[in-house]
Amino acid sequence: MKTPTALVHELIDAIGEAAVVWHDEDLLVYEYDGTIDRGNPDVIALPANTEDVASLIKIANKYDAPVTPRGAGTGLSGGALAAKGGVIIGMNRMRRILNIDVENKTALVQPGVVNLDLGAEAERYELAYAPDPSSQRACTIGGNIAENAGGPHTLAWGTTTNHVLALELVTADGEVQWIGHDTRDEPGYDLVGCVVGSEGTVGIVTQALVRLVPRPSAVRTMLAIYDSVRQASNAVSAVVASGIVPAALEMIDKMTIAAVEPVLNTGFPLDAEAVLLVEVDGPQSQVDAEGARVEGILNRFEPREVRSATDPIEREQLWAGRKGAIGALGQIMPNYYLLDGVVPRTKLPDVLDAVYEIAERYRLPVANMFHAGDGNLHPCLLFDEREPGATERVLDAGGEIMRVCVDAGGAITGEHGVGLEKRDYLPWIFSEADMDAMKALRAAFGPTENFNPCKIFPKGHGCGEAGHQHAQHQIAKFGPKAFV
Amino acid sequence: MRGLDNGRIEWSPRVQQHFDQCLQCRACETACPSKVPYGRLMEATRAEAFTQNKWPRRQRIIWRLVMRGLFPYPRRMRLAGYGLKLYQMTGIQSLVRKSGLLRRLSPKLADIDALSPVADKPFYANREAAQIAPTQPLRARARLITGCMMPLAYPDTHRATVRVFARNGVAVDAPESQLCCGALHAHGGDIEAARNLARQNIDALTPQTSDLPDAILINAAGCGSHLKEYGHLLRNDASYAERATAFAARVRDVHEYLVELGFAPPRGRIERTVTYQDSCHLSHAQNIRSAPRDVLRSIPGLTLEEMRKPDKCCGSAGIYSVVQSDISKRVLAEKMEDVLSTNAEQVCTANPGCMLQLDAGIARFDDERRMMPRSTHAIELLDESYKLGDQEQFD
Repeated sequence: MKTPTALVHELIDAIGEAAVVWHDEDLLVYEYDGTIDRGNPDVIALPANTEDVASLIKIANKYDAPVTPRGAGTGLSGGALAAKGGVIIGMNRMRRILNIDVENKTALVQPGVVNLDLGAEAERYELAYAPDPSSQRACTIGGNIAENAGGPHTLAWGTTTNHVLALELVTADGEVQWIGHDTRDEPGYDLVGCVVGSEGTVGIVTQALVRLVPRPSAVRTMLAIYDSVRQASNAVSAVVASGIVPAALEMIDKMTIAAVEPVLNTGFPLDAEAVLLVEVDGPQSQVDAEGARVEGILNRFEPREVRSATDPIEREQLWAGRKGAIGALGQIMPNYYLLDGVVPRTKLPDVLDAVYEIAERYRLPVANMFHAGDGNLHPCLLFDEREPGATERVLDAGGEIMRVCVDAGGAITGEHGVGLEKRDYLPWIFSEADMDAMKALRAAFGPTENFNPCKIFPKGHGCGEAGHQHAQHQIAKFGPKAFV
Repeated sequence: MRGLDNGRIEWSPRVQQHFDQCLQCRACETACPSKVPYGRLMEATRAEAFTQNKWPRRQRIIWRLVMRGLFPYPRRMRLAGYGLKLYQMTGIQSLVRKSGLLRRLSPKLADIDALSPVADKPFYANREAAQIAPTQPLRARARLITGCMMPLAYPDTHRATVRVFARNGVAVDAPESQLCCGALHAHGGDIEAARNLARQNIDALTPQTSDLPDAILINAAGCGSHLKEYGHLLRNDASYAERATAFAARVRDVHEYLVELGFAPPRGRIERTVTYQDSCHLSHAQNIRSAPRDVLRSIPGLTLEEMRKPDKCCGSAGIYSVVQSDISKRVLAEKMEDVLSTNAEQVCTANPGCMLQLDAGIARFDDERRMMPRSTHAIELLDESYKLGDQEQFD
């Protein structure tokens, strides 16, 4: 029988036995997130309020234990993994929507609120919370803030950072601060902007005041079916070049359709090479005009068919196909490695060609479903981790794909964050001086060295993880710098 | 489960506790686009632990006494039912509840007491079913599964069910020799008891493979989802596998069958606002969501107002409300908040466990807000509307 350490004892004294998880069997489910890497925490603490968070951080500091904040664990870069062990602070019990201010179109929420729950609550007032990551049924607002999450509808509305007005933050020394303001702009530095996307390395958000947007009065969702990925990606470039900003512009390829269609019955044809999901919204007159123009552009690239969802149920079905895509891949292979490259939209066709070539060379099935309008690629390499050598092959292929994105003038993450997974690749896009500047910013928030360690920045002691060696291998192959 | 499978962890009391604390509501199946059958995985894992005698001793003894010694025996169940009736009619129950004595003696027993059904109606006798003849031209023949608890706790739901189908030209009978469906046993991991009950029910309800009823009707969602699994449960039983599959293929939830048949629109007005609680084993396990709502919306005068998250578990979950009463009560508190934030005058659901749980919730949370009557089954409201409509016509 395992005996609790002094740290565990003190955490239990602070927030109660039921809220502290430390037995081996129980820690098991906290060792992973939505990606390949694993981390082994020593203890999980589940606070009920801001004061709990502050006291937990102070206790961890006393024992010099690393602190890792965690939401629903759906992240895709290892951000919520306890890379160096220590305490995971799980925000799931703080899941109340505290207030919806209909007139000012804001919501005050705790970080553990599930994205879709906020959406459903806002809908009661004819409002919406715009960022809609595909994991929105599970992922939390706190996690969205940490990773600056995007989603299909952030093409027109912007990512999470455009929707957070103010935050209550518990800093690395356990102090509680409010930053930001309920108006759109405040004098001085944009501190909220620094915290959103900081991947849990500067503090823990315990309340957030977020923007809500009016629900559009009309929506038109189109499905364009193409016989080649190149035709589809050329159509994407043309829509973007036309100056129209659709509410969403998504691409789904054949492999993804094969996983999605049989279970979700979305109406994607199984023999199509690629489909585009394009949505325009706004007042009816605008939807009519823009819809017609978009349809005209899509038709220029010889689609097999362009059709529009005629009712809300059909529209929802199309979106279920897109949002359930990653989850449905489990039917093809038990594991996936989801990449998150972003490239200039004009480079999409060439980069996609390269992605398919790399996957073939590494003998890995690849599924692509992504935010084409943003140039945000999500190649998903499918494998079975129980097969010896499979994970290594996947990591190598992933590194090569990231390099292709970087060489095309893009970056290694569009919305999932750098986290643990891609930190070794950061020097491909930033110089030493750039990274020092970022570290200085992080340090300005307090003694943050032990706060979600091993994330974002390369190097770091005791951060052993599976991907590290492979990243080193790729870096040796391509050289440390790309276009700094 | 993977950890158990690959040997990283062993079946310890802590692991057992996690399994026991799962409601098995199967909302995870609704959420999973890869359609991982968590329900089956959970049951198989629990079954392995149960057959290898890895359960804590105390739990094992109670299980054998209650789940093997009571539920499968209709006569013992009925005896217990009469005991409850006596306890309630003599006023001892209300005395016990007022005094708070039981809670001081044993909080667990007090929880069970709070969940006990009101046994104020004559228990259901299976022979009643065949006595109600179809009042419309015969369209189908069906057999009703009456279950272990429903005849005692909700006999009127059965009566309403048979009348509703008679009104739609379906002849219903309920063979005497049927037993508990075994859902609770399967969910708990007692796969042998579950298989035995399944075999006996197959014999009782489908004695001849050449003469199967058009439908095997069930008005309890938890039982329905399990009955539809009989084929899977007995897949390795050479003499029953085929019959079990044929049986399972005929099982229909009452709402599902009404909509499938196309039921006669009721005429009697019921001026009432209700809210519908999706029973987990109807929505998540059987993917039946619209049929009960269609039934409710067909009733003139009745307004269906949806609560927040109607398909979130109420915390009943079979025997969960008794075994894990603390968590169950917390789940229920959240559910009641959602129920009571609607304008509903009554809450409607599709499973006896949910009804018991919601009634306990109403008793605990509603006393100061509004006088909400006991929860009801959608089919009872449909029956009421049919009756009122027929009366009006007669008048």
